Amino acid sequence: MGIGTLVAMLVTTLVVIGVLATQETYSLFLPGLLQGAWLTIQITILGALLAVVMGVLAALSRLYGPAPLRWLATVYVEIFRGTSALVQLFWLFFVLPQFGILIDAFSVAVLALGLNVGAYGSEVVRGAIGSVARGQWEASIALNMSRAQMLRRIILPQAFVAMIPPWGNLFIELLKSTALVSLITLGDLAFRAQQMNQTTLKTVPIFTLVLLIYLVMSLAITIGMRFLEQRASLGLARGRSA
Amino acid sequence: MIWDWAFALEILPTLARAAVVTIQATLLGFVIAALLGLAIAVARIAVPRAGWAISVLVELIRSTPLLIQIFFLYFVLPNFGIVLDAFAAGVIAIGVHYAAYCSEVYRAGFDNIPRGQWEASIALNLSAWTTFKDIIIPQAIPPVVPALGNYLVALFKETPLLSAIAVLELMQTAKIIGSETFRYTEPITLVGLFFLAMSLVSAMLIRGVEELLNRRTIR
Repeated sequence: MGIGTLVAMLVTTLVVIGVLATQETYSLFLPGLLQGAWLTIQITILGALLAVVMGVLAALSRLYGPAPLRWLATVYVEIFRGTSALVQLFWLFFVLPQFGILIDAFSVAVLALGLNVGAYGSEVVRGAIGSVARGQWEASIALNMSRAQMLRRIILPQAFVAMIPPWGNLFIELLKSTALVSLITLGDLAFRAQQMNQTTLKTVPIFTLVLLIYLVMSLAITIGMRFLEQRASLGLARGRSA
Repeated sequence: MIWDWAFALEILPTLARAAVVTIQATLLGFVIAALLGLAIAVARIAVPRAGWAISVLVELIRSTPLLIQIFFLYFVLPNFGIVLDAFAAGVIAIGVHYAAYCSEVYRAGFDNIPRGQWEASIALNLSAWTTFKDIIIPQAIPPVVPALGNYLVALFKETPLLSAIAVLELMQTAKIIGSETFRYTEPITLVGLFFLAMSLVSAMLIRGVEELLNRRTIR
């Protein structure tokens, strides 16, 4: 979908929320849901930061690390990609305390979701580094660059552009999986919805608003990543000229 | 003691029974996803006017959390007189959610069919139904099977969400065992290991199918 369509969809969604908010059955729930949405946003942003760090670290260790580091990174990626996010969340939340490690629910949420998405992200980073044209690697060797110089100056800046769209998808996955944290007692958007639903039984307005709020957040991520992609690919002679 | 083997063995049969529910939910969900996804992708081509509405719908389903969609089906539909039990609501929600993803996979498959195939079908005066059934789909599906397989694994890993509406699948059973015995380590770890094992096995199977298909299709 073009960026124009996406912006149009975002505006439409906001207008729909605005119109609904004029009705009392809906406006009643909006403040509480927005509070929950704020927690969702916090978890998403912190989780995304952790995911990017873990993704880059795991990818670089798998590509260039010494053998033990390489195995460690492979085990990390396989475990977090191989099991379900909810199981990971519960494992960190219920099992770690048994080993004497007590962390609060918010940190568990950020940790579990960040590590989970980071494992997928490491494959994205690996793929993007692999997609840089062969000539670029050869030219860097010919110019007698060290491996660190080659990565930092030549390879990563080009790989960065190729990474943006798949990372955008992963960030949306992350946003959506934050709904899971409601199951470990955190008061995010999904949790508030359930709570309000149980006390008022006004299911239709509550869940309609929740879906619309999530839609706004994912559209915002998609649009943001598109802009980033446009900015990052300036000056790269790639693809069709605009 | 942190890990109790006797306890782990004791709960294994209970978890194994719950695993059957998880697998049922996975297979049923995937059948819905694969068929509905195909229907969406075909509708996009067959009814070009509806393309815009379908894109918005797909985008809507893909941009909102599956957990909320499960709640939506389970709690909201009864207000409109449609009462589904937890398992049915969960499976339908998962199926519809992944149908949106699968439809994009099929679309990529359709987009890769050379235009000449469509033109030849028109030249041979084939009906739209025959064109899809005998010409397009047999060519479009095999290359996208690996991508569909990936979604099967992804869908499988989403089934613990059904525990949120109290379907007695693996996660819910593990949670119940945990709350009854105050031992969470063994049940949740076993569930994690089960998912890891199943994901690794299915990843291998998908790779096998991929190779089989690559051998069959002439490129």
